[in-house]
Amino acid sequence: MSEEKVKATDAKPEKSMLTRFLEATELDTRMLGMVGALFAVWIAFDIYSGILRPNDGLFGGAFLTPRNLWTLLVQTSSIAVMSTGMVLVIVMRHIDLSIGSMLSLVAVAGAVLQVYILAPAIGVGHPIIWITAILACVVLGTAVGALNGYLTAYAQIPAFIVTLGGLIAFSGVAFLLAKGVTVAPMDKTFKLIGGGVPASWLGPSWSWMLAILVCGFIILAILNGRRQRKRFNFALRPVWAEATLMVIGSTVVLGATAVLTSYAWPFGLIKKYALDNNIPIPSGIEDRSGDAICMAGEKIVRCTDGLIYYTGFAAPVLIAIAVGVVMTFIATRTRFGRYIYAIGGNPEAADLAGIDTKKMTVKVFALMGFLVGISAVIASARLDAATNALGQLNELFVIAAAVIGGTSLAGGIGTIYGALLGALMMQSIQSGMSLLNLPAAFQNIVVGTVLVFAVFVDQLYRRRVK
Amino acid sequence: MSTPLVEMRNMSISFGGIKAVDDVSIDLNPGEVVGLLGHNGAGKSTLIKILSGAYKRDGGKILINGEEAQISNPRDAKAYGIETIYQTLALADNVDAAANLYLGRELRTPWGTLDDAAMEAEARKVMGRLNPNFKRFKEPAKSLSGGQRQSVAIARAVLFNAKILIMDEPTAALGPQETKMVEELIHELKKQGMGIFLIDHDIHAVKTLCDRAAVMKNGRLVGVVDVDEATEDEILGMIILGKNPEKAA
Repeated sequence: MSEEKVKATDAKPEKSMLTRFLEATELDTRMLGMVGALFAVWIAFDIYSGILRPNDGLFGGAFLTPRNLWTLLVQTSSIAVMSTGMVLVIVMRHIDLSIGSMLSLVAVAGAVLQVYILAPAIGVGHPIIWITAILACVVLGTAVGALNGYLTAYAQIPAFIVTLGGLIAFSGVAFLLAKGVTVAPMDKTFKLIGGGVPASWLGPSWSWMLAILVCGFIILAILNGRRQRKRFNFALRPVWAEATLMVIGSTVVLGATAVLTSYAWPFGLIKKYALDNNIPIPSGIEDRSGDAICMAGEKIVRCTDGLIYYTGFAAPVLIAIAVGVVMTFIATRTRFGRYIYAIGGNPEAADLAGIDTKKMTVKVFALMGFLVGISAVIASARLDAATNALGQLNELFVIAAAVIGGTSLAGGIGTIYGALLGALMMQSIQSGMSLLNLPAAFQNIVVGTVLVFAVFVDQLYRRRVK
Repeated sequence: MSTPLVEMRNMSISFGGIKAVDDVSIDLNPGEVVGLLGHNGAGKSTLIKILSGAYKRDGGKILINGEEAQISNPRDAKAYGIETIYQTLALADNVDAAANLYLGRELRTPWGTLDDAAMEAEARKVMGRLNPNFKRFKEPAKSLSGGQRQSVAIARAVLFNAKILIMDEPTAALGPQETKMVEELIHELKKQGMGIFLIDHDIHAVKTLCDRAAVMKNGRLVGVVDVDEATEDEILGMIILGKNPEKAA
């Protein structure tokens, strides 16, 4: 009994310190929970895959390796970009089921334009090709999105129906455009957006430079927030809390950079690059566990000491991060974003406040389409081809990402960073199960279950917070 | 006599063949409070929503300061200095008090971004005047009490120097003390020369707060009386029977 008492008094100040920390830093506890869950999933996959077959991951598996995390981020980019738009659509009490088919349609249109029309007309590899193709993709995406919005707002057809029609119809259009075949290959420069070739990787020095810039930006943003509060004599966060936030933010950025810059190019690529560019390959001793290359006599072999290149941030990941930052800015710092949330909270009140809710609906769907255009470029560039099945089921993954990220289907609630974390969570589970060689059917079962379970946990959390 | 602040002439609106407001004419002078009375469904709220731009009228004319006004949406009405406190309060439940106060008229920084700090500071000022106990500036409107929500809605209406104020049952959700506060506010705004339309069910409140009372029944105007010249019973008779007393103004 006395032991219990001691425990109780011990636990109390500890808990209050955590609460005090959370209150002082004003961190979103829900987000912290998601990050915790994400780490838990990562660690579990790493441990389990390590039990099956030991590897050089953090916990002895194949998941927490620079290589896997790098691939994970690249794979997440396309869904992540679209999920930021889906948050706003759902916050406004609408839904967009058409984005998967729209992605196929836009990607095929962009591919047909560069492969069948522009390349024969002005010559393969001409710089106009990739610029025109990218522009065409985002413009077409925006236009199709705006059409969805127009039908929803002005023809007053529920968005569910409009976009369900789009889901079915757009893939038909994509099929006709592609004439049922795979349209390939993409333009050389266009392909860089997919992150599949060395020229689309930032490399260590630029990655670190970017990371330091971002850290500086985080510190400036926190200082600016403090200045704003001071201007109106609002309560200030304690200095230690501000400092902690700066340290946490910078640590995340620098940590991610450290991981991504320690993923070496694959053996074959280094070899090809060195031979193509006449870079001398040092001689050394073969070591199959190394990532570098060296000459062992006449043969180019793997070794630990030799020629090595690291990837750093890949283009699609940079695009996804940039989209995340811009979309967060739009959602939280602009009138446009404020109106989206107000409409989601109470459409009638927004109307009475003089907000043109119909125009807003068109704009939000157009923005969604714009992001689908970007994702279409990423997806087709990464695959180096476009097919009418490229975006199949993407709408469901994007909606799931937004919902796992805390977006309420009732409208009015949702964050961009939540959706990004949600997208990362979905992709982590899928790629983790691929690593474990689980059959696709089983993967689907798990992903579906996780979606439902995540929303259940979210409901519990919200009820408790209330 | 000076020009009335607002003249609504022959206002009509129908919804699917039902004449919700049928040929109603009312005016409002500066510094005057006109009460609108009638049963549920008499057309009071509908009439008022035409003036505030929420509904588009089928017929009739609105004059503001003697000049014909084009009001086809809430933005137009606000441009004429017409502010409305709706019965439903019309608050966005998921955003905080400051965001609700400035909804549609956000303050912005020189870079065009939302100036949340400035809006919160202004919100603190106006709420400090209306409801000094209000401290929950960081919470979404959903988590506020009925009275707090009401004070946010009232603050929104008085924040922008309105000339014409429409109050649709402003005290319906309030306790006695808060009701008294609203009544004092009405007196103060009246002194500043604001014209107020007050929709209320409480005849006693209308008698004490208003200068004139307009009674509606089934979409038509029964009559307008000077509250000092009509007894509560006479007004009640107008509401229930739709009968105009002899000395109607």
